[in-house]
Amino acid sequence: MADSSATRPGVTTGPALPVVGKTEIRPTWCPGCGDFGVVAAVEGALKRLGIPSHNVVIISGIGCSSNLPHFLSSYGFHGIHGRVLPVAEGIRWANHGLTVIGTGGDGDGFGIGAGHFVHAMRRNVDLTYVTMDNQIYGLTTGQASPTSVMGQKTKSTPDGVIENPIDPIALALASGATYVARGFSGDVKQLTDLVAGGIQHHGFSLVDVFSPCVTYNKLNTFDFFRQRVYKLESAGHDPTNLPAAFQRALEWGDKIPIGLFYRTERPTYEDLEEVLAPGPLVHQPTGLAGKDKLLDEFV
Amino acid sequence: MAEIVVRLGGQAGDGIASIGESIARSFSRMGLHVFGVNAYQSVIRGGHVWFGARASDARVYSQGDGTDVLVALDRQTFDVHSPGIRPGGTVVYDAEKFSIADNEVPVGVQALNVPALKIARKYTSASVLQNAPGLGAAAYLAGIPLEVLHKQLSDSFGRKAGDVANWNLGASRDGYEFASQHASVSEAAPKARGPAKLLMTGNQAIALGAAAAGCKFLAQYPMTPASSVMHWMAAHSRDVGVVVKQAEDELAAINMAIGASFGGVRSMTATSGGGFALMVEALGMAGMTETPVVVVEAQRSGPSTGLPTKTEQGDLNMMLGAGQGEFPRAILAPSNPAEAYRLTIRAFELAEAWQVPVLVASDFHLSESLMTVDRDEIDLNVTIPSLETVQPDGHDYKRYQLTTTGVSPRALPGQPGLQFVAGSDEHDEKGHLISDIHSGLPVFITMRQEMMDKRMRKLHGLVSAADPPILEGPSASELTFVAWGSTVGAVRDAMRLLAAQGRATNLLWFPTVYPLDGDRVRAMIEKATRTLLVEANYSGQFGRLLRAEAGVHLSERFLKYDGEPFSPHAIVARALEVIRHGG
Ligand SMILES: Cc1ncc(C[n+]2csc(CCOP(=O)(O)OP(=O)(O)O)c2C)c(N)n1
Ligand code: SF4
Repeated sequence: MADSSATRPGVTTGPALPVVGKTEIRPTWCPGCGDFGVVAAVEGALKRLGIPSHNVVIISGIGCSSNLPHFLSSYGFHGIHGRVLPVAEGIRWANHGLTVIGTGGDGDGFGIGAGHFVHAMRRNVDLTYVTMDNQIYGLTTGQASPTSVMGQKTKSTPDGVIENPIDPIALALASGATYVARGFSGDVKQLTDLVAGGIQHHGFSLVDVFSPCVTYNKLNTFDFFRQRVYKLESAGHDPTNLPAAFQRALEWGDKIPIGLFYRTERPTYEDLEEVLAPGPLVHQPTGLAGKDKLLDEFV
Repeated sequence: MAEIVVRLGGQAGDGIASIGESIARSFSRMGLHVFGVNAYQSVIRGGHVWFGARASDARVYSQGDGTDVLVALDRQTFDVHSPGIRPGGTVVYDAEKFSIADNEVPVGVQALNVPALKIARKYTSASVLQNAPGLGAAAYLAGIPLEVLHKQLSDSFGRKAGDVANWNLGASRDGYEFASQHASVSEAAPKARGPAKLLMTGNQAIALGAAAAGCKFLAQYPMTPASSVMHWMAAHSRDVGVVVKQAEDELAAINMAIGASFGGVRSMTATSGGGFALMVEALGMAGMTETPVVVVEAQRSGPSTGLPTKTEQGDLNMMLGAGQGEFPRAILAPSNPAEAYRLTIRAFELAEAWQVPVLVASDFHLSESLMTVDRDEIDLNVTIPSLETVQPDGHDYKRYQLTTTGVSPRALPGQPGLQFVAGSDEHDEKGHLISDIHSGLPVFITMRQEMMDKRMRKLHGLVSAADPPILEGPSASELTFVAWGSTVGAVRDAMRLLAAQGRATNLLWFPTVYPLDGDRVRAMIEKATRTLLVEANYSGQFGRLLRAEAGVHLSERFLKYDGEPFSPHAIVARALEVIRHGG
């Protein structure tokens, strides 16, 4: 279902309202950081969809990647580490006329925030979650992350990681996300398509992005991915086939798939929450004036 | 003043809470003032549970002391509660279930053997009915007309009427008639007076107050004794237009509430101490991003999992200190359901006007006890202002503009031309981070300080906007009680008992426990002849707060941390000790 703001209930629309662009703030990321590609793709996707900037909220947690909302001219909420999704869900339920985009790192989303990740997906909240997955903790200067691979040496694992990494794609498929994609900062064009597809999708969309940390991750570099990634759409993958999507998700090694793994339609949490049926909560009447019948049960 | 206390006890699963509520609600329908306590353990079947219903023709503020009618569905109830039966009282039991030797019955008390099992068998072989004859007998002894009891029972069965409802009506009638043939109505029983009163728990009052104040979103994770806030709201979500979200944990609950508030609706979360501990970091985020949110903290006995179904006021220090760094907050502490309704509305008003987190401090005793409320104490017509406090005027919008009050104009997502980023990092007036490349540079050192000053300035405003401390009772007194929260109720009852003995006492209590006007509090306390601090924790946490904020040291204290609510008689005894021997 198209998700452009013009078709959404209860939002201020009008011609010629500016769409999302850059702000006066320049990203403070290290030169060459993968996150530059991600902010470009999010901006490009929102521009392409023509959603006015005042109807977009970008939420983030804490980490290098979580600075993203400051660089775009939408509303933003730069919260605390790991809590992107509950804040985003609250915003979405307060006003489901808004386009809600969660952003952040792999530590933020799959480490400290892992519980929220699973639950937001099973609820199929209609929002797009773009994770800048650099397989390392950037802002805290290079410790292992939940997606660091076995054996990877980091500041916190000088002898190598001895835990299996989380596979965000497989986890998303298992948890009930209805749009599951993986992008690569080195391919902003495809990434823009994937983010735009996620925003348009009616339901929870995950776009997990290989977004290399050029400073602290010397293993999963741009070159590492350039040599290995291949596009699912060129490989004949059918994104409506869940078992096939699982199989692709498990691929890691010489060939690593990027693109759309899975897409399906399922009612969103907002569709099923009856209180939201009359329209966004923010536009509904407030208070109990005249509802004295409510007091009868206390007699 | 005539008052009666009915206690009903048995094992979890015996339906004690429901027959207890029938008695309590029958009293409130007779226009009496009622206080009902529901005492249970953290098990679903098998533990000892009891319900106490105290009714009077004058206001009652606590469960009181003693029992006039005890319904013992098992021997344990008799053993635990019979020593508290007052002379002239009655214990109702069924000799087919357990026997009571003559010398075990307290002096002046009648043991009334009601053949409950036999009566129940008349209707069904199922065990569901065995509490109904005792209910009927208790109603008779307590002076409740049978029609009142039966109307209450029929109403509570509602549309579920059918065999079970009819059996209950029959078996309770048989119990009622049996009692009328073998005993007489308690002399303590108050007479019916005036129109029916409302009877509600503190948590119901909080939920109702929130909805009346315009709350549109409640996120919560189950935890006794806060869960019933969510239960009431969920049962009425469509009627009151509130989205109720059971979150995956308390971290999510408060972050969702803050998100919803940022998104443009009034929102709330409720929890107990353990859950509040998980909310601490996000509370600071609300402070830093200046996002209003109301957090209900229904305390129970700690530390850790503690006594999940027992009361305490042990989380005050945590509420005061929750969150890294410093940010403004308010803590309101209602003492009974009527106040819980009113102060929850205040909490929303303050949170919004000052863009701060506001805590409503409850505890098991307030959250789960039933108390009567007069119809005119619940005013559903609350003025609810629009949340949008700014419109675009062509100038650069500064979400965190430095102002004299500390409050800055707040835009909501969806408003064109006012986009900003709310940041948990320190930021400048426009919301731009000053935590990274700017921090430590001279101009940003100044900005950081100005931002702290701006936020903390709200405390001055909050002190004058929030409800001040209240001095209740005669101005000339031998002793001034100092109390907060649900403890205030038992103190009010104790003051009346003391007055009956010719002892004039008064009470200084705090609908707002934080922030306080220290000078004003000190002046009030210095006027007292002597003081007695009463609170339900080990270390006198509120006393410590008064020492810090007002520079007064309340050396006479009555502290209680056994999990049970204060009894008025115990407070009287302690007060007399202080009056006679020191303070
Ligand atoms: C509760 C809490 N714990 C720890 C931190 C410290 N911290 C900040 S960012 C971060 C992890 C950063 O890694 P990631 O989320 O992957 O983002 P990246 O910096 O790599 O973009 C941590 C542990 C924090 N801010 N809050
Ligand atoms: S440390 Fe890594 S993740 Fe952070 S900005 Fe630099 S390159 Fe990017």
